[in-house]
Amino acid sequence: MQFAATHKAPHARTEQIILFRCSTQVFAISSASVQEVRSVDTLAGSPVEIGEPSLPKVRHMFRRGEQNLYVVNGAVHFGLRPSPASLIFLLRKSRTALLIDGIEKMTTMTRLQALPAAFCHEERVWYRGLTVLDQSVIPVVRPEGFLTAEELFLLDALVSRMGVPETPAASEMGLGL
Amino acid sequence: MSMVEQFDARSCVLLRLGERRFALAAEQIAELVAPSRVFRFAHRTTEIDGVILRRGRVVPVCDVAERLTGKKLTSRRFYLVATQKRGASLDWVALPVSGECELITADLTPAGESDSPHVAAWLSHDGEVIEVLNLDALTPVPDESATFAHVASPEAHA
Repeated sequence: MQFAATHKAPHARTEQIILFRCSTQVFAISSASVQEVRSVDTLAGSPVEIGEPSLPKVRHMFRRGEQNLYVVNGAVHFGLRPSPASLIFLLRKSRTALLIDGIEKMTTMTRLQALPAAFCHEERVWYRGLTVLDQSVIPVVRPEGFLTAEELFLLDALVSRMGVPETPAASEMGLGL
Repeated sequence: MSMVEQFDARSCVLLRLGERRFALAAEQIAELVAPSRVFRFAHRTTEIDGVILRRGRVVPVCDVAERLTGKKLTSRRFYLVATQKRGASLDWVALPVSGECELITADLTPAGESDSPHVAAWLSHDGEVIEVLNLDALTPVPDESATFAHVASPEAHA
């Protein structure tokens, strides 16, 4: 006697991701975490140069509305050889803008594997996990891992000391996601 | 009482790292695989070389040769994939080895207090005294006190 299948196999949970490049390496980020993608050129004029010696990965900030947004150089953040960046991700619900070299493609991941426990340093903050795409292992970044609350506090204090004037919102040019 | 104290004769896998041979308890070994592509990405755990893909699982590659012999392996003939119990989870780690591996049964002598932490026991085979490795002492261990330790990946699955 055969039983009719009453349940369809559940669809694997998928997540749309953007593959991007920093220096020579490819990373993934959830597209839901990216509010806008801009060319570096479209922010010209708006950013203010800042320099916190303990945070070499942040060299610029700009104001958007009431908030200071800090531009994190992705290559420096990951300890890679700095390279000419061309794009900026403005991260959703975040005060971080991420400077990257370029976008590889948008795609979908079906499985996020935990970072093996043997990885036990900052990478546990940097990454949500690893995904396998086309037989390659790609780290999936954690958007909130680019700047900690302490680092944001440090940067806010620096900007406050600098007395950065309130400027109009950065140019609205660019590609919204 | 440790397993070493409980059993005198145990199955072990002999592995070669350059000129020297070491042993691991056979129960810790998952498989011996041919070298495959090592995927490297940015991280700060210097003991880890990268990861390999094995049966859909991401396995970190940990080259213990330099720590044990003072020299990096010049050639990787196989990866000995071992398992480590960490809390409730079972982690896999791939150890590059430079030669054939051999399954033997040998009497073990427990390590003494003066032995290095990476020595779990000693065995004698073919006239050679060989260290049975304590993998936990050779591979990186998450620092629970670090600020990032509690930042979990709730949606990630092992």
